[in-house]
Amino acid sequence: MSASPAATIAVDAKGISKKFGDFTAVNNLDLSIEEGTIYGFLGPNGCGKTTTMRLLTGLLTPTNGSIEVLGLTLPKQAEELRFRIGYMTQTFSLYKDLTVEENLKFVCDIYGLNRQERKARMADLVDRYNLGDIADRFSGKLSGGQRQRLALAAAVVQEPKLLFLDEPTSAVDPESRRDFWEQLFDLSDAGTSIVVSTHFMDEAERCHKIAILDAGVKRADDSPTALMDNLGAAVLQIDGTNLRQLREDLIKLPEVVSAAQIGSRLRVLVSQDVADPESWFSKLTIKHGATHAEIVRANLEDVFVIKTRKQ
Amino acid sequence: MMIASFRRIFAIMNKELVQLRRDKVTFAMIVMIPLIQLVLFGYSINTKIRDIPVGVVDQSGSAVGRVLVSVVQATGVVKFTAFYTSLEEAEASVRNGSVRAVLVLPEDLTYRLVRSPSVNKGLPPSTQEEASRPVGQWIVDGTDTVVSGAIQSLRNMPLTELFHDPPNRNTATFEVALFYNPEQRSAVNTVPGLVGIILTMTMILFTSAAIVREHERGNMEMLITTPVKSLELMIGKITPYIFIGLIQASIILALGYLLFDVHFWGNLLSLFLGTLLFIGACLSVGLVLSTLATTQLQAMQMMVFILIPSILLSGFMFPYEGMPIEAQYIAEGLPATHFMRIVRGVTLRDATLLDMPYDVLWLAGFFLVGLAIAALRFKKRLD
Repeated sequence: MSASPAATIAVDAKGISKKFGDFTAVNNLDLSIEEGTIYGFLGPNGCGKTTTMRLLTGLLTPTNGSIEVLGLTLPKQAEELRFRIGYMTQTFSLYKDLTVEENLKFVCDIYGLNRQERKARMADLVDRYNLGDIADRFSGKLSGGQRQRLALAAAVVQEPKLLFLDEPTSAVDPESRRDFWEQLFDLSDAGTSIVVSTHFMDEAERCHKIAILDAGVKRADDSPTALMDNLGAAVLQIDGTNLRQLREDLIKLPEVVSAAQIGSRLRVLVSQDVADPESWFSKLTIKHGATHAEIVRANLEDVFVIKTRKQ
Repeated sequence: MMIASFRRIFAIMNKELVQLRRDKVTFAMIVMIPLIQLVLFGYSINTKIRDIPVGVVDQSGSAVGRVLVSVVQATGVVKFTAFYTSLEEAEASVRNGSVRAVLVLPEDLTYRLVRSPSVNKGLPPSTQEEASRPVGQWIVDGTDTVVSGAIQSLRNMPLTELFHDPPNRNTATFEVALFYNPEQRSAVNTVPGLVGIILTMTMILFTSAAIVREHERGNMEMLITTPVKSLELMIGKITPYIFIGLIQASIILALGYLLFDVHFWGNLLSLFLGTLLFIGACLSVGLVLSTLATTQLQAMQMMVFILIPSILLSGFMFPYEGMPIEAQYIAEGLPATHFMRIVRGVTLRDATLLDMPYDVLWLAGFFLVGLAIAALRFKKRLD
């Protein structure tokens, strides 16, 4: 690997595009992911997250642009890269008719571990990912959480420097998801760079940095906190009774970027052109029984709405 | 590097065997396909025609007519199942298929018979006109050429035994010495050929399905992100099936000996190597198909596309020499054709592979070219 200063770049992609026929899945994407970070792709289904992951792992060849991962040029050095990265696919891709232990053994052998290495590695993985009780179960019969622990264990068999996780927690209950993220932070702490795609806001918030993808285009790229701080709009939270009617009237106003009902409240994003949103609201004639309005802190969903709205 | 490569091949092989063991239906098919097909084909395929159902219209109503009918039946070729009084009735029976042919004996049967050159009784010698008149006529349903051919063979049947003449009055033009299968049993030809057909079917299907299954079940996405090389994957995938192919070939040949008394004269090493080559050729065809098919169903359809010509054109059912030259070219392009020659040569005629270098080279060529095409076509990418 090339010796580079301070923060080494794990993934460096410049102007990558991927077209499938007339459809552009990824459009002119620039990415720079620092080593040792957890980097998230946030976006709805079909926004190009999986395609981007496949481009960065060398499974797809970009139509345009250049990709360098761990100092290796893709797609030319894709085979070399295989030894250094782990990839956890969106759908479970281990063998459902093999047991947990057999699957792990298989992956160990595929990475060329010898008998002693395999034994030690498997003991470590079984212990770390709590697979001891289910070692003899067929992986097709596991619960979502167990299956995902196995998939993660299999993805880190070769102790990769860079780990790709494609929507790892979409079929998992909240508790398993929390445990899973604890394990990701352990890996990150041990020096593994992680690229994870998700459509969950709370998951994206845990990342060191995120890129918001929409229709194959990168709309934002920063740490979640920075994105929330520099929202470019104010978040107005309104209590009241006739919220549906209020929402309908509000979204017709040019100053209102978006309005969505959250329980018994309305969350309104007001353009930053409005200096004081609270007094702006109090001067409005349409109220429909709104009782109270206050500015609240932006969350990642607000960022997502602002960044991906149709211009 | 080499060790890691072997470890990967072995891991895939081992995984394949474990999966196979758990797939009870496939596992049962490995044994049942050769077993059932052997019994089925061994008993049913018979190119020697016997007891064709025929009828008779005896217009002479004479004792000679009845004796003639029993002499014809004694050949074993036909069996008289119906007796008609009119020609119309007889033709209707041929049309509706209740009999395959009708023997028509004319009113003047006795006179014709006596003056017939095949009997040549009575003096003065027959005139040319008398000598040219046949004794009777066969009305044959000529749609099935094998059946009609068998009846045509009765055209010149000797009638000497009608008159208790010594049998040596008819001397054959040629003497025919039948080597290797003197009793002319079809099973002798069918059983070794069946090895070729069953291996074509199972080997091509198993390998193509084995690879396609990885795609279908989503495992390929995981495999291609690992360092496993295309060739390692292919070798690891097909090796278990080589053993399965050898087991199937052994089942067929052993049962052929036990059930159908088909002896093997040939040398076992030639048989083993020949079968191995053929298995290799089939497996690499299966690998090529696996790079074309995206579902196991498609792989199955492609297998049938190769299987049917292999059954019909390889010489398994019909002699290669009897086919038009264009069909022979096509047959040369099927691995089964070459194996058919090798397996019959080795098991029945005591030939060795050295006697058939041409077919050996063809099979080796199939194996290597197929493997190369498959490895080139198989991409460790998704686009």
